[in-house]
Amino acid sequence: MAAAPVGMNRFYAILGVVAVIGIGVLGYLLSKPATVSVPANVVVQPGDTAGFHGYVKGAETAPVEITEFADYQCPFCQTFATLQMPTIEQRLIQTGRLRWRYRDFPLQQHEYSRIAAHSAACADEQGKFWAQHQRIYEGQAEWAASRNAADIFRGYAKEVGLDLSRYDACMSSGKYWGRIQASYEEGVRAGVSSTPTLLVGGRLYTGRFDSDAISKLVDSLAPRTAAAQ
Amino acid sequence: MIYRMGVALTSLVGLFVSAYLYLYKIGRIGTLACGSGACETVQTSQWSRFAGVEVALIGVVGYAALFAVALAALQPALAERSWPARLLAAMAGLGVLFTAYLTYLELFVIHAICRWCVGSAVIITSVLVFALLELRRLRLVPASGAA
Repeated sequence: MAAAPVGMNRFYAILGVVAVIGIGVLGYLLSKPATVSVPANVVVQPGDTAGFHGYVKGAETAPVEITEFADYQCPFCQTFATLQMPTIEQRLIQTGRLRWRYRDFPLQQHEYSRIAAHSAACADEQGKFWAQHQRIYEGQAEWAASRNAADIFRGYAKEVGLDLSRYDACMSSGKYWGRIQASYEEGVRAGVSSTPTLLVGGRLYTGRFDSDAISKLVDSLAPRTAAAQ
Repeated sequence: MIYRMGVALTSLVGLFVSAYLYLYKIGRIGTLACGSGACETVQTSQWSRFAGVEVALIGVVGYAALFAVALAALQPALAERSWPARLLAAMAGLGVLFTAYLTYLELFVIHAICRWCVGSAVIITSVLVFALLELRRLRLVPASGAA
């Protein structure tokens, strides 16, 4: 009878050690800054950019084209996409006066920007780029503060009606890392250094924009009378 | 007693593995330490939920239950009773069946193997082996049945 308590004590001591190690490891992982698995030093292959020059909305015949270089995790880009873009779309894009081109320009300091861009690219495969793009911007406050943005983007993919098995396969393939990097490098070559930056008629516009400023810009480049003719 | 201790110890390890995967799943841990990179493929796939519940959470609950029953089974009042051993074997058997189903999904549906899931499969199999050895010790199964 005397040996059993000693054996039990030793057993409980071992359990205690395992519990302390387990809790310690989990506690350490919880305290670490969040990271995501984005490949380092992506090298752009020729196939990454073949035939792709951004995501476009608006009529091909629109007299003005604006290229936006933006970052999904940039707060100004978020404000622009959610507050200004709906008005711009209604007033200018849907009326045939403006064609909009979106290019990824993921800033290095934003750890989730590239995954967000990849998520939107995978949505594009199923013809739902703009829906996923908008949902990612709308949810920026949610995923930017999360430790697992990729899972939140998957939730958005489900919301916008993507085939999740195809989406998952696309995300795990990482097939668009090169294209996103290519877009970034094109922006750098054009002189882009911050987001959002608009490229209009060979000129770069940076800072905060609102729909009125864009309307004036379009008016100056293509007066309504000219567009109407 | 040693086999019930084995069940308790391996269940505790399984509990931490499941907790790690669940914390990842709910976004509290950025990435999984997984050399092949396939862990995220598995954990973010549609198969990471079963009947609307995160598979990792099922693991947490299952291992916690096994651990609790094993600890109770070690108490002097229950040490020589057979029903705790039967209960542990039944729970571990269910766990192994569920793990076999998940492993099938990894191999033939998702086409990706998560090393942590393999680790959990080894753990739950060990739990079952300990539980069967305990049943044999209590002569509730033939000696060859637990080999």
